[in-house]
Amino acid sequence: MIISEQWLRDWIDVPLDTDGLVHRLTMAGLEVDSVARAGPPLSQVVVGRIQGLQRHPGSSRLTICDVDIGQQRPLQIVCGASNATAGAKVPAALSGAILADGTRIHPATMRGIRSDAMLCSAAELGLEDSSEDLYLLDGDARIGQPVASALALDDAVIDIDLTPNRGDCLSILGVARELAVLTGAKLKLTDVPGVEAVSRTRVDVEVAEPRRCPRYLARVVEDIDIEVPAPVWMRERLRRCGIRPINVVVDVTNYVMLEIGQPMHAFDLARISGGVEVRLAGSGETLELLDGSEVQLEPGTLVVADDEGPAAVAGVMGGSGSGIDRTTRDIVLEAAHFTPAAVAGRARRLGLHTDSSFRFERGVDPALPEAAVHYASVLLADIAGGRAGPIVERTASRHLRTPRPVHIRRARAEAVLGMAVDEARMDGIMHRLSCRVVRTETGWKVVPPSYRFDIDRECDLIEELIRVIGYDDIPYKLPALGITSGQRVDSQLPLTRIRDLLVDRDYQEIITYSFVDPEHLRLLKAHDGSIALKNPIAENMAVLRTTLWPGLIQALVTNLNRQHRRLRLFEIGHTFHVDDGVRSEILRLGGAVCGNVLDAQWGQAARDVDFFDVKADVEAILALTGNSACFAFERFESEVLHPGQSASISSGRQCVGVVGNIHPHVQRRLNLEIPVFLFQLDLVPLLHRSIPKFTGLSRFPAIQRDLSVLVDNGVPSSAVLEMVRQVGGNRIVDLHLFDIYRGEGIDPLRKSLTFGLTLQDSSRTLKDEDVESTINAIIETLRQEFAAELRR
Amino acid sequence: MSNSSEQELDKLVGDARTAIRTAEDLATLDAIRVQFLGKRGSITRQLKQIGTMEPSLRPRFGLAVNRAKRTLELDIERRRDQLKDAAVAEQLTQDAIDVTLPGRGSGVGGVHPITRAMQNMEDIFAHMGFETASGPELEDDFHNFEALNIPPDHPARAMHDTFYVDASTLLRTHTSPVQIRYMRAHPPPIRVIAPGRVYRCDSDVTHTPMFHQIEGLAVDRTISFADLKGVLTVFLRNFFETELKVRFRPSYFPFTEPSAEVDMSCVLCGAAGCRVCKQSGWLEVLGCGMVHPEVFRHVGLDDEANTGFAFGLGVERLAMLRYGVDDLRLFFENDLGFLRQFR
Repeated sequence: MIISEQWLRDWIDVPLDTDGLVHRLTMAGLEVDSVARAGPPLSQVVVGRIQGLQRHPGSSRLTICDVDIGQQRPLQIVCGASNATAGAKVPAALSGAILADGTRIHPATMRGIRSDAMLCSAAELGLEDSSEDLYLLDGDARIGQPVASALALDDAVIDIDLTPNRGDCLSILGVARELAVLTGAKLKLTDVPGVEAVSRTRVDVEVAEPRRCPRYLARVVEDIDIEVPAPVWMRERLRRCGIRPINVVVDVTNYVMLEIGQPMHAFDLARISGGVEVRLAGSGETLELLDGSEVQLEPGTLVVADDEGPAAVAGVMGGSGSGIDRTTRDIVLEAAHFTPAAVAGRARRLGLHTDSSFRFERGVDPALPEAAVHYASVLLADIAGGRAGPIVERTASRHLRTPRPVHIRRARAEAVLGMAVDEARMDGIMHRLSCRVVRTETGWKVVPPSYRFDIDRECDLIEELIRVIGYDDIPYKLPALGITSGQRVDSQLPLTRIRDLLVDRDYQEIITYSFVDPEHLRLLKAHDGSIALKNPIAENMAVLRTTLWPGLIQALVTNLNRQHRRLRLFEIGHTFHVDDGVRSEILRLGGAVCGNVLDAQWGQAARDVDFFDVKADVEAILALTGNSACFAFERFESEVLHPGQSASISSGRQCVGVVGNIHPHVQRRLNLEIPVFLFQLDLVPLLHRSIPKFTGLSRFPAIQRDLSVLVDNGVPSSAVLEMVRQVGGNRIVDLHLFDIYRGEGIDPLRKSLTFGLTLQDSSRTLKDEDVESTINAIIETLRQEFAAELRR
Repeated sequence: MSNSSEQELDKLVGDARTAIRTAEDLATLDAIRVQFLGKRGSITRQLKQIGTMEPSLRPRFGLAVNRAKRTLELDIERRRDQLKDAAVAEQLTQDAIDVTLPGRGSGVGGVHPITRAMQNMEDIFAHMGFETASGPELEDDFHNFEALNIPPDHPARAMHDTFYVDASTLLRTHTSPVQIRYMRAHPPPIRVIAPGRVYRCDSDVTHTPMFHQIEGLAVDRTISFADLKGVLTVFLRNFFETELKVRFRPSYFPFTEPSAEVDMSCVLCGAAGCRVCKQSGWLEVLGCGMVHPEVFRHVGLDDEANTGFAFGLGVERLAMLRYGVDDLRLFFENDLGFLRQFR
């Protein structure tokens, strides 16, 4: 809400300068966003009167004006505007004046004719964004007076960011009223006498929806001079408050709305067929709006209709068919009370945002329509003449919102605020808020004024109280809260531990958007079961991710394009899924790795990262659970990862992740020049860790043996090791594979696996024959299970 | 005879000592030892000569030979030590490396600056006794709006540009729904924060369609606005590690009453006025208030017996101020040049 400080001060005298005023409003919850000057200083721009004018001999477009600026001799000014007429008072920029675009004025010769100065449009003065015609000043403007003073430009334009609960402040009156509450200053209220009906012409009003429109006032005004513009002071105030002047009728209704807060509408009487009816739109009804758009009216939309159909969306916008234009002579002024519920959301659904709907949605004082009609009638009569008819009013009192009494207890207020509140002060504030106040045993019974839609509970009054007192007065305390049961337990693996582990293993964390390009999901075969947004911000952010890989790959590409060659990225976040109509989100960890295994460094040959480097990182994470042995890696085939270099990771029967090299097809389609290793783990199954259990130390010596066996290439090494472990039982305290060999000296279809074996018994020293029998049993089993043979 | 023998001995000792002194390595020294003191060494031979001497001369000569032998043994030992020391010294010189070369091996990565800031915030609140909770990002209308006293068509909905999945399912526009979920599951006293991602369909220089918030909630029998002021002031001063000024201004949120915006003195200009604080010296950093009775009603808590405060803060905004980041969008471009500055 933008207001003019001058206009505000017409309503209230407060002993505060602009800064003080702005600070007081801000600290009371009417946050001032910005303060700007109403216009540029306009030095050397004065009021001039066009005395006479003649065609420029060298141009059909230009005229030569004699302009009186209050000096002995009139100036001769060449002008290109089409609305230059004799007698008009216009801004004349004299030699030395600087226009809004920085042009400095000096006498010039235009097509052979001398021009002493320049006549200006509103845009040239910096008062509007664009305008071609001369700015026509009022007839009573004093010739020679600086235009800045004629327009009272020494004004501040204050932009207040009003919260949605304060619809009552959406007017000059409302802000003035608020200032009166805050400062104790008195409002300068003036009685508007109103205009007596001089004609009998009236329009029939039918309100079919009194619950949505409990009050509707209409008045016909005939014989209006639509050609006469609103006076400069009115147009200036509209402009400063952000509203474009249009014609006298529209300007007057807007002016009334800005000043007292009642949105109004005007119909062209000649274009209303029969009477007006406030009703709900029927199905299939449409309306062409004032802005030229044609809208389909949803059933349930409240409309003001004539006999032929909807003429306006109630409280939102009028139709073009019944609007005011240059041919209008007779009008119907409308001032109604539409309830917030009747208007709420309507404008948004029509893709509109109007000053009227903005106010009705937040609640307009139901007591205002009559005052508004009177005020508009007076202004219209003054400016454009006309004969007013009787005011037709339809009020359904039982549907009018009547403020309910609210109880406020002093003790409660003190408990909520955490401070003592002086009783007399409380009482005074309640009165200043224009509430009707009755003392009760514990506090007050308070009836708020009709314009406050936001006070219907005790807490609302407590807020009013502290708002006026000032939040600064509340002390700082720390809550006296008992110790609660706590939630940190050892068996819960903190997410930060996983994050730290990856960071320590040289991974960089990234954060990417949860919505991704559906094409990327398709490419990664992850589009099925995805959830699309109904209103995405862009086509490439239209679907919720079902995998973390698109974001990781995107970040990889971003950084590859910026000359990074070695990348190790991870992200922790949710993926979103729908399965048979059931939606779920899964907390996951994803990673993407490419380039050298280590940063380039001296004394160490560079090597590309491979599957096992990344697998080691994944294993390190799994080890944090204390249950490494529960997780099995198995060969995994998909269209996204290299079928020979990827593994699924499962715990029991549950798949908890995958790791692998990107499939060359996918790599090519993503235009990636080098292979990328990807992994993804579901985190929830990993966040429970087992508590270590001490199993005792053996006092007896351990015996180490190395064993090499030949098996077929297709035999997974993990199966061999698992078998060794089974056969060896508890005696095996360590088992690790340390060499794999293929090539010269052995069958090309076979490979040699060499592992180190440490045997130990907890109750005695193992003898050679114990070791031999264990080793033999192992070899024998491997021979049976895998056709393994011992390599010597 | 005896004289000549002793002279010969003296000469031998003289020669040996010279040889020992000038021996350049352990092998040479050992050869010298063998040459003089070995089984067939020249000094050893002198000892064997004793038998052929006159008995009266034997004791004296024997004494001289033994003394000569000990002298040479000592000399050899001393020389051996010298040579060993020299060898070690030589080895040390040869082994010297350029210790200014960088260490080898794996480097260390980093967390995202938002994670870093959020972790810091969680820690501060954890030390004040706040537990951490979480909730779904894909929310329903009830938890995101209705239960927070934002009925359909409420003007406050216009302030939340919501991403919808269907008519009643959306991406949460704030972390406040976690308040509802937590209160429904846990009886007071409550002290909890809920960090996480939130979404609004808005994208320009100062808005990204996804960002992070931390929600805070305290509910008990005696929680007051003064407590809220205390907790948030302590938090901001801890997070920025400076005694900044904090002010509370009335505002409006449907789920708190009274509501407040919190401003802190601008940390970038020391409240002198700059571009970021729009010359005001103040920065708006978070919204808060006392839990609205309607919210208590929605979660089945007695709004007379309980009071509570709630707050919501934007992690990106605070992180930008803390680390001096001047463009919000950098957080989600994931350029390593940017990310690596927060290790």
